[in-house]
Amino acid sequence: MSRQPYVRPMPKASWYLGNARYRRYMLREVTCLLVGVYCALLIWALAALSSGSPERWGAFLAAQQNTAMVVFHALALVYYLVYMTFDWFKLAPKAMPVQFGEQKLPGSVIVIGHYVAWIAVTLFVLWLAGVLQT
Amino acid sequence: MTLKTRQLELEVLRYDPEKDSEPHFQAYSVSCPEDWAILDALNYVKENLDTTLSYRWSCHMMVCGSCGMMVNGEPSLTCKTFIRDLPDKVRIEPLQNFPIERDLVVVLDDVMDKLQRAQPWIIRQDDPPPPDVEYNQPRAALYKFKQYTMCINCMCCYAACPQYGLDPSFIGPAALAMAHRYNLDSRDQGKSQRLDILADHDGVWDCSFVGACSEVCPKSVDPAAAIQQMKVDGAIEWWKQKLPGGKS
Repeated sequence: MSRQPYVRPMPKASWYLGNARYRRYMLREVTCLLVGVYCALLIWALAALSSGSPERWGAFLAAQQNTAMVVFHALALVYYLVYMTFDWFKLAPKAMPVQFGEQKLPGSVIVIGHYVAWIAVTLFVLWLAGVLQT
Repeated sequence: MTLKTRQLELEVLRYDPEKDSEPHFQAYSVSCPEDWAILDALNYVKENLDTTLSYRWSCHMMVCGSCGMMVNGEPSLTCKTFIRDLPDKVRIEPLQNFPIERDLVVVLDDVMDKLQRAQPWIIRQDDPPPPDVEYNQPRAALYKFKQYTMCINCMCCYAACPQYGLDPSFIGPAALAMAHRYNLDSRDQGKSQRLDILADHDGVWDCSFVGACSEVCPKSVDPAAAIQQMKVDGAIEWWKQKLPGGKS
């Protein structure tokens, strides 16, 4: 009897469509596009600043205050929080389990620690940007 | 007291390498007592309806890891997947991401090789203790890795992992979880030996943390956690090598 194993290759472009678990994963991974857009904006801002031209910097600021851009930023923030930040904070205890003696620190403590650190860093950045006055 | 029965429509993927150019579904109608598992229904088919049906099983008690199959698209141990939790129509396929040997039997050669590469055994660099001396291990040290010892190599995690499906060179969840189990073992001294293989391109860095492996594991092992922890270990070792005076 000869062996002729039948191979079922995974479709390269559509493998995630038929499975809710994989679709959820792809919704998380697609946040990389938002990061890409933010990188492009940052490069634009740096280029405007380094040119030393008040007009170019003013044009960059004006573009950010455009209604469409404000809506994009708001939607991008919500999307990123829902599909990336919350997801990754939830997964943090898996990557960084903490054990004291025979006891494991509950995962919820590690997750809450991440939120506390996130809020602290956010407040620091807002203070640095002059949004929060001391 | 007699148990209630349900009429179950089974759609089973069949493949005979000597006759078929590709697999096809075959339907069986089975009257199942409500306490049956899918494996019981398959055994009923084999014993009463179609003796040509091929599938693996052994213990029927969630220990041997042989009866892993796709049940309605979900990698499952068929001995712990109960009729009462399923709809009247159930589709049974061989584990995803593996070549089909025959019917519901898959070719496991690749993962067997990968398990070997992960070196899932205690490696010692120094001399072994005298025969009458044991390796002592405090309970706290055992608890660091105990959950990973529950793996029964059923390979449901490989069937759930799209990374393995897309790129079969990936070492994969069970083998990496096994390696991590020994890396965490206080009696083991083989971490650096395993790191060479596991921190390679086909090792932990091929995992993009879909997390499906841990979700489907019938023994509640968490291979996704093991892999993320190994990424942290690998990154620390890499930085250690970059520091002045670090080992190369």
